Amino acid sequence: MRNMKFSRRDVLKGSTALAVGTMFAEPARAAPPPASAITPALIEAAKKEGKCAFYTAMDLQFAEQFGKAFEAKYPGVAVRVERSGAERVFTRIAQEYQSNIHAVDVVNTSDQAHCIVWKRNNWLAAYVPEDVAQHYDKAFYDPDGFEVVTRILVSPIAYNTDLVKKEEAPKSFADLLDPKWAGKMVKAHPAYSGTIMNSTFQVARDLGWEYFEKLAKQRVMQVQSATDTPKKIALGERAIMVDGAGYLVIREKEAGKPVEVVYPTEGTPLATGPSAIFKNAPNPNAARLFFNWMHGREGQQMLVDVARQYSAHKQTVEKPGVRKLGDIKLMKEDPEGVEKGAEEIKRRYAQIFKV
Amino acid sequence: MTIAVSDPPARMTHGFDYTKLVLYGIALVLCVLIVLPMSWLIYYAFVDKNGAFTFGNFVTLVNDPTLLDPLITTFTLAFSTSLICCIVAAPMGWLVARTDMPLRRTVRLLVTASFVTPPFLGAIAWELLAAPNSGLLNKIYRVVTGAAADEHLLNIYSFSGLIFVIACYTFPYVFVLVANALDRTPGELEDASSILGGSTWVTARRVTIPLVLPAILAGALVAFLQAMTLFGSPAILALPAGFHTMTTKIWSLFQYPPKPELAAAASLPLLILTVLLLRAEHMILGRRSYAVLGGKNSDPRLIRLGWMRWAALALCFIVLLNPVFLPYAALFNATFSKVASQFITFSNFTFHNIHFVLFELSATKLALYNTFVLGIATATIGTVVAVVISYLTTREAVSGHRALGFLATAPVAIPGIVLGVGLFLSYTRPPFVLYGTLWILLLAFLTLAMPAAYQQMQSALKAIHPELEDASRILGATRLKALRQITAPLLRTSVIATWCFVFVGTIRELSAAVMLFTSETKVISVLIFDLNESGDLAAISVLGLIMLVVTSGIVALANRLRLGGGSVRLRDN
Repeated sequence: MRNMKFSRRDVLKGSTALAVGTMFAEPARAAPPPASAITPALIEAAKKEGKCAFYTAMDLQFAEQFGKAFEAKYPGVAVRVERSGAERVFTRIAQEYQSNIHAVDVVNTSDQAHCIVWKRNNWLAAYVPEDVAQHYDKAFYDPDGFEVVTRILVSPIAYNTDLVKKEEAPKSFADLLDPKWAGKMVKAHPAYSGTIMNSTFQVARDLGWEYFEKLAKQRVMQVQSATDTPKKIALGERAIMVDGAGYLVIREKEAGKPVEVVYPTEGTPLATGPSAIFKNAPNPNAARLFFNWMHGREGQQMLVDVARQYSAHKQTVEKPGVRKLGDIKLMKEDPEGVEKGAEEIKRRYAQIFKV
Repeated sequence: MTIAVSDPPARMTHGFDYTKLVLYGIALVLCVLIVLPMSWLIYYAFVDKNGAFTFGNFVTLVNDPTLLDPLITTFTLAFSTSLICCIVAAPMGWLVARTDMPLRRTVRLLVTASFVTPPFLGAIAWELLAAPNSGLLNKIYRVVTGAAADEHLLNIYSFSGLIFVIACYTFPYVFVLVANALDRTPGELEDASSILGGSTWVTARRVTIPLVLPAILAGALVAFLQAMTLFGSPAILALPAGFHTMTTKIWSLFQYPPKPELAAAASLPLLILTVLLLRAEHMILGRRSYAVLGGKNSDPRLIRLGWMRWAALALCFIVLLNPVFLPYAALFNATFSKVASQFITFSNFTFHNIHFVLFELSATKLALYNTFVLGIATATIGTVVAVVISYLTTREAVSGHRALGFLATAPVAIPGIVLGVGLFLSYTRPPFVLYGTLWILLLAFLTLAMPAAYQQMQSALKAIHPELEDASRILGATRLKALRQITAPLLRTSVIATWCFVFVGTIRELSAAVMLFTSETKVISVLIFDLNESGDLAAISVLGLIMLVVTSGIVALANRLRLGGGSVRLRDN
């Protein structure tokens, strides 16, 4: 058990309880589907379909690597990555489904609220991979088997160490309001990124919308994706990232770029990234095979080692360099709140930041 | 550039013409292409969510500052761009057409190169060059001047930066109009002025400039129109700077939860203004005809610039640095560099980016396939339809040909993004559910390409006097036989040139495509736009260079055929 990435208990021990805990805490309404293993029959059927459309909000380079690793294991099943921000992916799927276009097989979002909507629309297929039933805490998968938490992200602050000295680096969200950072920050957009939708919700709830009103006066550079802000500080285009994918900052740092993560004292916003299979998936078997592999030991370990994200699989082995989730003061995730408030968040955000 | 039919050739009245059927068929197709999406657009602009008639959308548009500000920004942007374009392009056009400046052909060719560069690609290249901190030019500036790490010379993420980048890819429109007008203006008028004792400058002021003034004004309007309806560049540069233009706003209204009513209402001002501006352009250009009176004109006399001709050339090259040399150098650098914004050195040279785009990026293959299928289909169908329409209108083969010509040119007035909205509203519901197929993109691209294709074919057909066909028919050939044996061979080069221009225009279209694509119908331009949003600049550079190679190959082919060129207007997006 020492090798565990973190357990639910670890997480709950933290100052804030993980919302994933609260989300699935309700008693199961129906019996979850029986756990499914990867059978030769499944592999055969998947190979017949030959392809799988994977809609995701993961960083593009990693998502392609992820897909290629799967293809190496199961030759003949090509994963086509359709990457965009989670909110964009959500829009895309909605537009496609409204026009009766069933193109998506497996989705991985970074905004749990999306699964609430898809589940409500009755668009998802119930499927619990064997590994999930055995090695995931119940907090990390839907009791009805419609979604599994694939990855857990944080959206910390980060800075470029060439441009900002360690002593002078901001320690909290409040520090970012210091006039000396005016014109030096970059921020991602909640109408594009699911991670940022959640972080915006959490920061606005904990620090108030006034915080964003003050932040907007700092001439913040506004990019779209939470995967772009780490790249912008790694390039040195801006000194500080207000929000964005923490895992990419770690990846950039490990690639030798001058970047450093700061977990703000007010708490670090959290975004849980679940995956789901669509009921009308054009390649149902390839979808199940990929979904199963993705949540198995191999896929999850890759997520930890290469993507530098947090896994819910208890057997994944930690790779040093990432702070344990239990050691980070986290903001509380609230998918229902995000689901209800998304439109309002986008509206207010556009008003404050003008884009 | 709406072209009205002048000097009617001999009317063919004898016999029954099956061409009538063709006319009605094509008119019907054009109506569906244009009228259907525009009707839905107007319908949506005047209804609320429940389908009841309302002016509410326009009230929201005017009262909501997040909607009104972009409108004001857009007009300021378009006006400034248009002004800059005229100041830069008009003198250049004159230098190329009327002086003994060296390398005039090369300069024209390079302007064509900026013409065919997709504006969104230029905008991304300028991000690499002039982002305040990581931009290559700013890095050079800091090294040269020893300025502090957070100082910068240029900031592309600003209103002025956006104007600059849009002007880079819009000035060719003014240049081409001015240079062409000057090419067509007979030298005799200037000679007369000189003979009567006018000095070079008096001649320029009192003869040459008045002659090209209509062209400059028309160019200003075109530039205004382009800047107003452009989507890619503002989306790439304005959003990071914290402001919207009308096109990016319309597009954001389509994000979840989509507000098609508001998007439609916001599209109408763009549409109406475009129509008005094109009317104005038509009126101004209509006056131009007096300049080309007379029989065979002598070549214009070139003004000797003396030593200043080298200065003039230098000036032209400095201008051309901005749309051509610097951006492509930046893209080239990013293609082979480990870090997009670092200069290539031995230590950071890499082929990884090329490998990633060609072998790892699973979207590349599909996007390339879609782009080429659509490019070839649009170019082929578009050219065929354009040939038929221009034949019917120039030969006045059937009554009602004027309406046909009007329909074919009408899409000029539809900004790409507005057409995108209209098509989305039309074809995501029964009876025509085309969303999700390449057909909807084909419709969009065909509609957008039709005016340019029609203009090209029409001018080509006008150049072939009908007496050649008449002779054939007098000798007993049917209309079709005359067409096949006489007209078709004469038209061949124009047809190929038109095909090439439509193809080039299609593969770089973004604004309509971005409204209409689905995951399986993604094209290269949309893929590049996606990659920009996630900050994958190196991958964009590779795709951008692939596009450059394809486009310049095609353009070189079209240029070898020595046709089109001048009056072609590629759509920007």
